[in-house]
Amino acid sequence: MHRQEHPDPAALARLDGVTHRFGDAIALRDLSFAVPPGQITVLLGPNGAGKTTAIRAITGALVPTSGEVRTFGLDPHRDGDRVRPRCGVVSAKPALYERLSGRDNLAYAGELYGVRDGLDERIDAAAERFGIRDALEQLVGGYSTGMKTRLALARSILHDPELLLFDEPTSGLDPESAHAVLELIREMTHDGRTVVMCTHLLAEAEGLADHIVMMEGGTVLVAGSPDELTHRYWPHPVVHLDAEDGRLLDRIASWEGVVAYRRDPSGARLELDDIRRLPDLVTSLCADGARLTRVDPHQPTLEDLYFTIRRQASGRAGRDGSHALDPISPNGVQVPVPPTGSDPTASMPRIDWPEHDGTPVPDGGNPR
Amino acid sequence: MTATANATRVGRHGPAPAERRLDRHRMWVVTRTELRQLRKSRDYWIPMVLLGSIFFLIVPTILLLIITRVGSIPAVQQVSQTLEILPESARSQIRGDDPATKTSYALAVFMFAPIAVVIPLTISTAVGAASLVGERERGTGEFLAHSPASVREIYLGKLIASLVPGYATTLVGFGVYSLSVNLIVGPDVGGWFFPTAEWLVMMFWIIPPFLLLALSLVLRLSARVRSTAAAQQASGLITLPLIGIAYSQATGTLAGAGPEAGWILGAVVWVVASVSLHRGVRSVTRNRLLGVTQ
Repeated sequence: MHRQEHPDPAALARLDGVTHRFGDAIALRDLSFAVPPGQITVLLGPNGAGKTTAIRAITGALVPTSGEVRTFGLDPHRDGDRVRPRCGVVSAKPALYERLSGRDNLAYAGELYGVRDGLDERIDAAAERFGIRDALEQLVGGYSTGMKTRLALARSILHDPELLLFDEPTSGLDPESAHAVLELIREMTHDGRTVVMCTHLLAEAEGLADHIVMMEGGTVLVAGSPDELTHRYWPHPVVHLDAEDGRLLDRIASWEGVVAYRRDPSGARLELDDIRRLPDLVTSLCADGARLTRVDPHQPTLEDLYFTIRRQASGRAGRDGSHALDPISPNGVQVPVPPTGSDPTASMPRIDWPEHDGTPVPDGGNPR
Repeated sequence: MTATANATRVGRHGPAPAERRLDRHRMWVVTRTELRQLRKSRDYWIPMVLLGSIFFLIVPTILLLIITRVGSIPAVQQVSQTLEILPESARSQIRGDDPATKTSYALAVFMFAPIAVVIPLTISTAVGAASLVGERERGTGEFLAHSPASVREIYLGKLIASLVPGYATTLVGFGVYSLSVNLIVGPDVGGWFFPTAEWLVMMFWIIPPFLLLALSLVLRLSARVRSTAAAQQASGLITLPLIGIAYSQATGTLAGAGPEAGWILGAVVWVVASVSLHRGVRSVTRNRLLGVTQ
């Protein structure tokens, strides 16, 4: 799923040290991130994290109090007339004219964005793509929430923009409609468009995001591709094991390739240097007489990542007000970040299981 | 951060963007869409038509018919006598030999003048007051703020869209009024007599700048307040004095000062309206369309 990360200079949009105040409230606090071209960047964070304000800054709809914004390499404040026609926006509320028909709404947008030739054909094509062709002549006031979102999406691509900005596009939709909308968003990147999507829903970001910018309190907690972030925080594959006699599992703590081991009444949790060791490990345990009741390779989800990062950020903010983050293991212990590009399986040694005395290893400790 | 980047940092106190050439097509698109929405809003245009009908057609027709058909009643005699208080220049314009004819002529030409002022101001300010704050309330301000339309195009587009219904109603009403007074009073004063030169000056030279002035103020309000209700309330405060001024000036111009005074009055109001419009453009910002604190 993940395409090549682009270096910062190639970013389609870039915020650098952007701060914005609404009166006394700070909406964005020294916010910096880049939007790689041709990818789906998800701004993920709770309500009030500053996601919407960031999107507004990208199009120049809002001029930040300080900091630098570049969209297509231009200053959207000064060159808004060159930036905004290249952007398509769907805001949290669909922002449609309810007393106009769907066609009139699309025609209005098309003309404002300078589409002069073939507007009717474009309207029909966009409506067809989003499944609202039959409702085009109806007043938007009579549309369902899902239809309004589809119309707003159709409106956003009418002028063939390079950058699409979606602010919580599935807000208020039932699960089925939300799924359909996310599929449509995914399709939009097939023809090379860049998408920035705000959401506070982890399930939406999971599987959709090529690049995640996790925000809180108007600043970035962490940014990167989901794989990169997961690897940064969980450099080793995690496996949950359990057996009828859990004590039989303890011996593996010192086996080669086992980076960490911990056992509690719910079972054992171990980290391996390579997940491909697991079949041999299971075979060896069974050969040693362990009757396994659970073998569960755990793939950390975005939810794991999100809550781990937020937990750490809260701790940091409480201690020194800093939002800087260090990689941590899933059990909350600092772990070293592996060098970029290293392949832990490249020189994987043959498994040679040692004997073990069964003494449990302390939480997070490396038994080797 | 490089030196170049520092040099181009933006911010609230940064350099303002260069004024872009006004895209008249885009401005017209804003106007047309506003008007299309009004046209589809029966709850808006039915009262507007009723208002115009009552003041331009029903009330004048009934009054003039009563006076011309039942001219000998004491009330008409009394009104006829009060015409003596009009300035000499006005009295000399009044046609007719008998009190009823003189009274109907005076009512048709002088007394209904305020209608032509009050109606467009009332209708247009009602539209204008809701225009910008309405975008914010419906959430469509977000769409406009992200769109390529400049704030000047949005402001002027909405101003024209607010002006057109009021002024169009007035022109149509004026046409109907002209027809009805000529048909009712005309036969007694020797033929078609309306509109007079003073009325034409008022309709096409004085009322438009008064409308623009009122709308420039109302749109500034609409951009700043938080709700349509607040905008309606506040616009009343602005338009009532303006209606008073327009009423007195228009009546005075019609009742004796002559068309020259009308030309001068109109010129003064055009200048004031131009200044107000120029300043009004600055009241619309993308922040205000978004509904966020500056």
